[in-house]
Amino acid sequence: MCLAIPAKIIKIKGNIAEIESLGVKKEVDISLIPDAKKGDYVIVHAGFAISLVEKEEALATQGYWKEWLDAQED
Amino acid sequence: MHRKIEELRDSIAKNKPGKGINIMEVCGTHTMSISRSGLRQLLPEDVNLISGPGCPVCVTSSHDIDHMIGIIREYPVTLFTFGDMIRVPGTVSSLLDERSQGKDVRVCYSPMDALDHARKNPKKEVVFVAIGFETTSPLTAVLLKRAKEEDIKNFYIFNTHKLVPPALEMLMLDEEIKVDAFLCPGHVSAIIGSKPYEFIAKRYRTPCVISGFEPVDILQSLNMIINQYNAGKPEVQIQYDRVVKPDGNPAAAAAIYEVFEPVDSDWRGIGTLPLTGLGLKNTYSRFNAARMFPVDITQSEEPKGCKCGEVLKGILKPFDCRLFAATCTPERPIGPCMVSSEGSCAAYYKYERQAYKIDQ
Repeated sequence: MCLAIPAKIIKIKGNIAEIESLGVKKEVDISLIPDAKKGDYVIVHAGFAISLVEKEEALATQGYWKEWLDAQED
Repeated sequence: MHRKIEELRDSIAKNKPGKGINIMEVCGTHTMSISRSGLRQLLPEDVNLISGPGCPVCVTSSHDIDHMIGIIREYPVTLFTFGDMIRVPGTVSSLLDERSQGKDVRVCYSPMDALDHARKNPKKEVVFVAIGFETTSPLTAVLLKRAKEEDIKNFYIFNTHKLVPPALEMLMLDEEIKVDAFLCPGHVSAIIGSKPYEFIAKRYRTPCVISGFEPVDILQSLNMIINQYNAGKPEVQIQYDRVVKPDGNPAAAAAIYEVFEPVDSDWRGIGTLPLTGLGLKNTYSRFNAARMFPVDITQSEEPKGCKCGEVLKGILKPFDCRLFAATCTPERPIGPCMVSSEGSCAAYYKYERQAYKIDQ
């Protein structure tokens, strides 16, 4: 199952990063993105960051998802 | 209707080739997104979207499932698996049945949970069921590299990892299957990039577009496919370029090929396809659960009447299976395509059954 919502890296400690997406925080392994740094946006698959996403694109996608999730709640 | 969606839909309706076009998606998340958003009903009838073998749980063979079940029955191991796999019926039972009989079967979100468990319980042998395409195999590779570095001796994988591009070639070579273009998976391509599909576009003159998952992404990709098709210039294009780069993620691709090498692989209902899977290299063979825990499997059988094989090849749609929504439902699935939430049958059942009934 592919989750397409990008997440922002808040903190990095070794191979592990704390990420945040739509208010949810989580720890993921970033060893597959050797040049990941704090503030980057990533796509996460099964507990691993697998790809970097440009910031503007990431924010646009997050916005789309937020809209969709809000609509589900109404 | 969202204006952007309307525009894209109109452009497809206007430009579609006169003789119709069959476009196959090979990603369970695309299948889900198409069903959920009602795209199939939105498009002209002769723009035919076909679901292919894109759901990892669904393509796992009965023989492999019977082997996993055999391991948990015969050896005192802890077995970790992704959620959907646990309910897939094997020839005589499922991992869920085995768990209800007291066997130690656990569901994990991240494969790292399985390795952590092995670290914390050095006296217990731990098996991780490694399924999935190039999105997931780099994760398993990281796990095994770490297990090797730390010399963890009680950790194994039951490996069924598969490869997308050579499987697409097998679909092209099958005369029963009529596919004019591929909607290529987004996150598999985030790892491998666009180059591994180029031979499909060139040798088989078949357009390939790597697509994102939102309905707008998919409609844009379909437009790109139709333009290529009309121009008679098949190539690989990336619609999902906010995530996918032409070179993919080189670090992740390197991790795969440090640990694995291409081998023949068993696909449900399709059989053994040459060099469509990943096998452990010699340097990692000690992690091979199939070798460490041999099991006598007399005869693996597909569930009677189940058409998952034909559905996975896109020859039949889920509605064409006589079991669909009759005896096979998400609550009591018979075949894996109804078990996994991203299996074609489950997606069509949940989102398209009503529309189909009205059509009939």
